[in-house]
Amino acid sequence: MKAKVYVMLKNGVLDPQGEAVRHALGALGFGGVEGVRQGKVIELDLADGTSEATIKEMCEKLLANTVIESYSIEIL
Amino acid sequence: MKAAVIVFPGSNCDRDMAVALRNAGADVTMVWHKDEGLPKGMDLVAVPGGFSFGDYLRCGAIAAQSPVCHGLVEHVNRGGYALGVCNGFQVLTETRLLPGALMRNAGLKFVCKSVDLKVATSDSAFTRGYEKGSVVSIPVAHHDGNYFCDDETLAALKGDDRIAFTYVDNPNGAKADIAGVLSENRRVLGMMPHPERAVDGQHGGTDGQALFRGLIDQVVSA
Repeated sequence: MKAKVYVMLKNGVLDPQGEAVRHALGALGFGGVEGVRQGKVIELDLADGTSEATIKEMCEKLLANTVIESYSIEIL
Repeated sequence: MKAAVIVFPGSNCDRDMAVALRNAGADVTMVWHKDEGLPKGMDLVAVPGGFSFGDYLRCGAIAAQSPVCHGLVEHVNRGGYALGVCNGFQVLTETRLLPGALMRNAGLKFVCKSVDLKVATSDSAFTRGYEKGSVVSIPVAHHDGNYFCDDETLAALKGDDRIAFTYVDNPNGAKADIAGVLSENRRVLGMMPHPERAVDGQHGGTDGQALFRGLIDQVVSA
């Protein structure tokens, strides 16, 4: 089985990289880009039957730093 | 005083840290990240700067899960002293021994220069050698030194006098200009600037010496 973990900076945490991308899009002439947030996608190739609770534990312990990041799990 | 300096793949300030500690009078042992636990009888564990595990995932995140860091957490929970500088500070936040997190610099650039720091408290083994409110010059060299914590944590840090150093001219966007913070028992210090790079006349400054001397004097006399 496969799962995807999306890790994003929490709302309210300034994302300087997203801001730089937003400025760059503006400089390229794309109007109306009001916000850009940059995160990561982590693809996991897992033994069949791995529970969502286990994936959640992976996120809490390593994949995300919950002080600044939120995460969501998609099981494929 | 007995001190251990942890070495991760990618650490690059480990030997500078060892030299600074030895020059201040400590008996230093280097400890490899795969070692289970730390040598017995350590008073201080130093987590040096560098790019442990290539900064993969997040700075310090992989290092924080290494076997030796389990020993570090036990050492701190027993009341031992720990000092994390730069990447070491990032490791200490990732192990949750210190609150907050270090994010990408607000200006997005790697910052490498000497900066002025204000000593925000002299009430710790690390800062007792400085006068509160005094300004010292210490080098920074980091890409991810933008300290972040939530407002509640910031209020607690301020209320408990746990902010050790603040930047006079904030180089990285750190919240409340924070350059270094102390743990609740004041025996763990994490800071982005490198005091071990300011301990010899040939470094261009010696303002870091008081940190190591103060720490060692306190531990030896305890």
